[in-house]
Amino acid sequence: MNSLTGTRALARLALRLDRVRLTVWVLGLAVMPMGTAANYFKLYPSEDDLRAVSGVLSNPSLVALSGPLFDLSIGGLTVWKIGMTEFILVALMSLLTVVRHTRTEEETGRLELLGATVIGRRAPLTAALLVTALANLAIAVLATLGLLATGLPAAGSVAFGLATGLVGMLFAVVAAVAAQLTQGARAATGIASAVLGGSYLLRAVGDTGPTWLSWLSPIGWASHLRPYGGERWWVAALFVVLTAVFGTAGYGLAGRRDVGAGLLPERPGPVVAAPGLRSPLALAWRLHRGLLLGWTVALALTGAVMGGAAAGIGDLKSPNQQLSDILSRMGGPNGFTDAFLGAIFGLTGMVAAAYTVQATLRLRQEESSGRVEALLATRVGRLRWAASHLSFALLGTALLLAVSGVAGGLAYGAQVHDVGAQVGRILGAALVQLPATWVLAGLGMALIGLAPRLSSLAWAALILSVLLVELGALFGLSQWILDITPFAHVPKLPGSAFSVTPVLWLTAIAVALGAAGLAGLRRRDMPVA
Amino acid sequence: MTEAIQVDALVKTFGRTRALDGLDLAVRTGEVHGFLGPNGAGKSTTIRILLGLLHADSGTARLLGGDPWRDAAQLHRRLAYVPGDVTLWPNLSGGEVIDLLGRLRGGLDTRRRAELLERFDLDPSKKGRTYSKGNRQKVALVAALASDVDLLLLDEPTSGLDPLMEEVFRQVIREEQQRDGRTVLLSSHILAEVEALCDRVTIIRDGRAVETGTLAGMRHLTRTSIQVDLAGPATGLDTLPGVHDLRTHNGTVRFDVDNAALDAVLRQLTTVGIRSLTSQPPTLEELFLRHYDRAPANGKQQAEVAR
Repeated sequence: MNSLTGTRALARLALRLDRVRLTVWVLGLAVMPMGTAANYFKLYPSEDDLRAVSGVLSNPSLVALSGPLFDLSIGGLTVWKIGMTEFILVALMSLLTVVRHTRTEEETGRLELLGATVIGRRAPLTAALLVTALANLAIAVLATLGLLATGLPAAGSVAFGLATGLVGMLFAVVAAVAAQLTQGARAATGIASAVLGGSYLLRAVGDTGPTWLSWLSPIGWASHLRPYGGERWWVAALFVVLTAVFGTAGYGLAGRRDVGAGLLPERPGPVVAAPGLRSPLALAWRLHRGLLLGWTVALALTGAVMGGAAAGIGDLKSPNQQLSDILSRMGGPNGFTDAFLGAIFGLTGMVAAAYTVQATLRLRQEESSGRVEALLATRVGRLRWAASHLSFALLGTALLLAVSGVAGGLAYGAQVHDVGAQVGRILGAALVQLPATWVLAGLGMALIGLAPRLSSLAWAALILSVLLVELGALFGLSQWILDITPFAHVPKLPGSAFSVTPVLWLTAIAVALGAAGLAGLRRRDMPVA
Repeated sequence: MTEAIQVDALVKTFGRTRALDGLDLAVRTGEVHGFLGPNGAGKSTTIRILLGLLHADSGTARLLGGDPWRDAAQLHRRLAYVPGDVTLWPNLSGGEVIDLLGRLRGGLDTRRRAELLERFDLDPSKKGRTYSKGNRQKVALVAALASDVDLLLLDEPTSGLDPLMEEVFRQVIREEQQRDGRTVLLSSHILAEVEALCDRVTIIRDGRAVETGTLAGMRHLTRTSIQVDLAGPATGLDTLPGVHDLRTHNGTVRFDVDNAALDAVLRQLTTVGIRSLTSQPPTLEELFLRHYDRAPANGKQQAEVAR
């Protein structure tokens, strides 16, 4: 028996376990670029139509968000519009898949069950990477074929598919290393996600300022491969080298450590609990604080980068009369900056909602892991228990949005020499997103209370929201479909007038959903496996 | 004597599975009551109903004079629970979990906590994710036993403990027995444990109580195993009523006898002449086998019950 014995069986098992999940990921990531390109062909049938939008796209704020536009063509525009989303999602898919089939299996003890059978030391990691590679290959090939089918040039289509697959594989091996470092799967996912977030930020800063920074970021490499913009194939070698480095490291570590152990040492905890650890809320703080801290840092950084980038928009020279008209209709000379900031904080709202959903579903995690039983056998009632976690979902999100707003306001204010006024304005733009995130918390609670087995649908609702807001208009969906997502109803601040009615409505819907969920939770059996 | 737990005709279904099928259970205040049954018999379901975690479909359950569903929060001040499958928060130390659960229950005796940690040989500084199954169970046991409560609900509390720790557990429970008014409901499929600890036993199968009473009372239901060396041939034994499975090997005679027929059988043996005799009282094992070896009641398959 060598260290790879049993890889094939494990890979088969992983494919079986993930057959729905991976199929959805692969199809989604394969169809998205094709759909975008197809819609651009409809939207901009001629060269002139394309030229009309080019000025808008080269301004620094949008460059920070989506990267530079390398070629003014349908292909260039498609990559610019969908590229970052595609790269981030494929990286997430890869790192989640690898952690799920390595560290999660190990933490739950299921791997031990398998490890006792004929399975080599490195087989689980190999199987996880194989399955992830298979998914990435499928995405790369299908995305390329899809783009070709819309009539885009072959070289660019291949380059985009290649970039997508390479980003995916790089983050798969990043996760492979992270999974060897920690004992907990959540911590491993956290480390790999932090690398991804850092890469994106480096690229955002690099693309607007010192270009060399974006060459430090794998996400930056993906756009430097320049699909449809004079492909630079040699960039692919950077991916191959770094993937090989991380892959070797992951394999080396995997062969050296004990099953169940991490390389970062587990420190002993306190023998006696701190005096404050005496309520469900105090317990919830212990369970949420790491996550909340990570998110706070990430959103503060993003807010500052985006706020700084927004300041550059004032310098924008309108390339033509038509665009100036659009800008003035958007609200005067500041209109474009405000519209950009509005778009940025609309996006921040949806990003923060990922924390909201994560924190809300923690309730369900506590239940299905069985930990809730011991807790509910004490004086703690169900509502008090639910309230302890919900307060992190609701108020934690408020904290995140406030931090990103203040950071954005400070960065933007410092550039336009008006910190006092800008912090307030931009804080408002961030906080106005809060009721929409609460609707997702309410939905999560309703699912937990009334249909606990379906509670992960709260994630589906968030992903649907992002797709509707980002791509709905491009795909020409009718207004009532776009209106499904709570984020469609958030007042566009700063810039347009604040209207209190949608904010009240969203809050009311969140409260109603939450109340229904809590009522269900009080009445139903616990725990539901 | 008052009843700490009184359950009548309890029914609980999960989908098409009937986990409890008219269960009766009475636990007297101050006794250690064994709740015995194979996996999936409905023990955990019953305990969860008593904790107000599950809602019974029909039947009544009373716990310490209250309704377990309606009065859950008040009742939980007076009881401690050890789940059958203990899971801990991965990033909390064992000591923290013990203190947290104790405080949420309404306080815990720190001297007793220290003593129990010592006796169970548990390191409270390790993080939840690093404990083995047995050590997780010890964490829950220390948390429960260090609280001053009227009722202990223990769901297969020793299933992960080694024999040494099992013995510690038995000692601790025996000490609890001495204390006035503390009631223990001990669910188990380990017969020796129930035999060693319990005043009374309820045997449950397919969601129904099939037998309840003291162990002494139940032994009347079964047979004593006899092994005897006789001076002469074992004549007349096989015709006596109440003798079963008679075997002779190298002059040693073995058989089982109904306790009611013991008197007549011994008289017959002495007439032949006894050289040596060993008799074994029926173990709970045999009681158990008698109840569970039979074909399932009503031709129904053994209930697969969500734990």
